[in-house]
Amino acid sequence: MKISLGKWLLPLYSLLALIFLMVPIVYTFVFSFNDSLKSNITWRGFTFDKWLNVCQVQNGAVCEAFGNSILIGVVATVVATTLGTMIAIALVRYRFRFRAETSLLLFLPMATPEVVLGAGLAAQFLSLGVPKDMSTIILAHTMFCISFVVVTVKARVAGLDPALEEAGRDLYGSAAQVFARITFPLLLPGILAAALLSFALSFDDFIITNFNSGAVTTFPKYIYVSAARGIPAEANVIASAVFIFALVIVVTAQVSRAAKEKRLAKQG
Amino acid sequence: MSSGEFASAGADLELVGIQKRFPGFTAIEHLDLKIPAGSFFALLGPSGCGKTTTLRLVAGLEEPTNGRILIGGTDVTHQKSFQRPVNTVFQSYALFPHMTVLENVAFGLRRRRIDDPVAKAHEALRLVELDHLASRRPQQLSGGQQQRVALARAIVNRPALLLLDEPLGALDLKLRRQMQLELKTIQEEVGLTFLHVTHDQEEAMTMADTVAVMNKGRIEQMGAPEELYELPRTAFVANFLGQSNLFTGPVVGSTSEAISVDVAGQKIVVPAARAHRHTGEVTIGVRPEKLTLHVTEPVGDVARNTMGPGRVIDVSFSGVSTQYLVEVPGIGTLIVFAQNMAFGPVAHEGSEVWMSWNIEHGFGLEDDASAEPRFEADDTTRSIATQKRSSLLTELEGA
Repeated sequence: MKISLGKWLLPLYSLLALIFLMVPIVYTFVFSFNDSLKSNITWRGFTFDKWLNVCQVQNGAVCEAFGNSILIGVVATVVATTLGTMIAIALVRYRFRFRAETSLLLFLPMATPEVVLGAGLAAQFLSLGVPKDMSTIILAHTMFCISFVVVTVKARVAGLDPALEEAGRDLYGSAAQVFARITFPLLLPGILAAALLSFALSFDDFIITNFNSGAVTTFPKYIYVSAARGIPAEANVIASAVFIFALVIVVTAQVSRAAKEKRLAKQG
Repeated sequence: MSSGEFASAGADLELVGIQKRFPGFTAIEHLDLKIPAGSFFALLGPSGCGKTTTLRLVAGLEEPTNGRILIGGTDVTHQKSFQRPVNTVFQSYALFPHMTVLENVAFGLRRRRIDDPVAKAHEALRLVELDHLASRRPQQLSGGQQQRVALARAIVNRPALLLLDEPLGALDLKLRRQMQLELKTIQEEVGLTFLHVTHDQEEAMTMADTVAVMNKGRIEQMGAPEELYELPRTAFVANFLGQSNLFTGPVVGSTSEAISVDVAGQKIVVPAARAHRHTGEVTIGVRPEKLTLHVTEPVGDVARNTMGPGRVIDVSFSGVSTQYLVEVPGIGTLIVFAQNMAFGPVAHEGSEVWMSWNIEHGFGLEDDASAEPRFEADDTTRSIATQKRSSLLTELEGA
């Protein structure tokens, strides 16, 4: 009997790869139910306590760090997305002096190693005498997020037929109306993608944050610090919650898009 | 639909001394143009001749370097695009993809806070017979339907001037015919002034009352389509608007009636009234379909010019007519279009032929053919291919 190698080898390989990727996530999720004491390394029994009392441990340090991360993420995302979108439009639509140089400069934060970026910023804040706190973290995050926003939105602007905006002007739309009713809605998918990316990058960042946070603790920083003496199960709870939340968003988006396509196909 | 509902008449468009420079090149050298209200005016020219720039200047999407633009007597040179009583049908249609067809059409009305935009938009969609698709998105429509939506979106605003930027370019031949007819009907119905920009000579000739042939940023000749075709003034017009056989030679005799030109030893007579220059070296021409092909030397006829003998180097049969390329020693290659009155071609490749034409059909150009590529230069595989293609298309259309 001839055995088709491709028939089972590829699925097997895919399965192994998937398992390999899923192991840490599953581990994190399972150990969020561990009835742990100080460290969360050995399985001591199942409990919902950690999920129910997530903010009780260490005087709510986990939750405070999480709250800080959310706040920093939201502020940095809003500022970076706004500025980045404006820069992207300017770079595509207008010809100005140092345009090419601006594009290059915007790429630098993405190309520079985070350690260098973080240390460099920390040195700047120090020499300017700026005390490190929440605002320095937000400044740092905004800075590196802008690059990603510009790159993402720029692609969208470049794909936007300039004739659409011209048609808007031709049809009696003032500059503000054309932006609000044509440019912005058409760029929105790109802007949303850029905002999500920014938030994810900001929420996730440890290296640059660690250099510029002073006494403020973010969620990644909390985990890093506590890893030395045992991460509490509450950290697993929050990590799992974030993962599930992200999963729900992705699934909802996919389902609603599929439904929309089906509706459009039906109409057409 | 009654025509009264869109009855606001068009307005004159006047361009005075327009010049437009872009960094690195001049798109429009010097342009003076007056388009009377209610006319269907076509700007015809090859790509890069400045016709689209002219249209964009009128729409207010570009600002002229010099000169003034007047619409209905009002100077709009420094008005913004959205302040001008002008609407454009863009080459790419530029329909807003995130809005329904109805919202697209109502867009201009809403911006100007016109009463009852939805009803008026429906009315315009009925005019282009697309009201049943009002709730669709533009992407769900065919090219022809999108084109009609773009048209409805423009005319619903009752502009004084409607600008059409090669709107039929993306359509197939059958749809083009339909749209051409539709545009003409709408113009008659709503009485707007149409400014149509195109590189398609056939489109310009069938639709416009007046055609201006543009080349290198200036207007070469302007007039009714028949006038431009029968009596081209420059070598560019003679070759861009249809095809021409052009000859150059010195004037050897002239009366008040006609001039005779020596073309490589053959005497060609052109009516004086149809020749722009009467002395010295001149370029004269005749349209390929005006030539008659003879397989024996024709007997002398004072009313006809004769040329030949020459040798047929190519015959292409296209059903309705046959195109012959005839090489005449010392003169070059001539094109002859012959109606297929008999079965099959009259002459074959390699046969010796003569050509004759009525003296009244010749024309004398204002410029030198040398300024433009001479006819031989245009007799390339490309022009033959173009000719072949258009005749194939004609055949397809007939089928």
